[in-house]
Amino acid sequence: MINLTNCLVLGGIIFAVGTFGVLTRRNAIGILISIEVMLAAVNLNLIAFNRFAEEGSLSGQIFSIFVMTVAAAEAAIGLALVLALYRSARAIYADRFSLLKW
Amino acid sequence: MDLNGSFSTSDALFVFFGAGAVVFAVLAVSLRHIFYCALALIGLIFCTSAVFVLLGADFLAVVQILVYVGAIVVLFLFSIVLTERIASRAIRQTNEQKGISALVGIIVLGVVAYIAVREHWPTVPLSEPVATVGAIGRDLLTTYLEPFEVASVLLLAALVGAVVLGRERVKK
Repeated sequence: MINLTNCLVLGGIIFAVGTFGVLTRRNAIGILISIEVMLAAVNLNLIAFNRFAEEGSLSGQIFSIFVMTVAAAEAAIGLALVLALYRSARAIYADRFSLLKW
Repeated sequence: MDLNGSFSTSDALFVFFGAGAVVFAVLAVSLRHIFYCALALIGLIFCTSAVFVLLGADFLAVVQILVYVGAIVVLFLFSIVLTERIASRAIRQTNEQKGISALVGIIVLGVVAYIAVREHWPTVPLSEPVATVGAIGRDLLTTYLEPFEVASVLLLAALVGAVVLGRERVKK
């Protein structure tokens, strides 16, 4: 039951759920939470490949550490942006912002 | 099946935590109150950490709990609290793109599942999992030193950027 195919399918399911969340949530913080769901699925993929398809090397796990680092930095910047938006426009719902629409 | 070909404890744990991860992911993208979505994200992180342990990445499991639950979700909870006054439970949480987004999600899952099931992956024979802390530490400081330093600069840039974006505007 723990083989590479099942781990990849599990990662794919979580990634698809996160994609649905990113595309449909209106709350900006909800979009950021869905991005974190997608990144968790990516980490799962990397660890699965490291366990089953690599001999003696830990590069999948080290790549996963860097994915977590970038996720933390991106969550911090995204939340700072949301707070700046909230302060200036008093709204965090994504369909209220149409300033850049042509 | 595991090394012996029978359904063992680790298989049952993998099914349990995998199903839990999917349930928490669905909750995290669909609940109405955004606070419960952050809590569902905590559940998802715990379930994926358990799957990491089953896949032999013990250090990564603990680091994921520390970084995600301990820092990122706490950030989310703070900003949910700070924007509480305008986010209410009565407002609908999903926009009008639900149908096409579900279709896109199903297409993504279909492509990944098709490739994962049909492909003959070149696998190595499974060995006993070893502790990875020392090996990761050695690799980060020898083989992967440049990405490590670049990640430090990235974190510094994110820190400065978050401080600049988040400070109060001085009213003239």
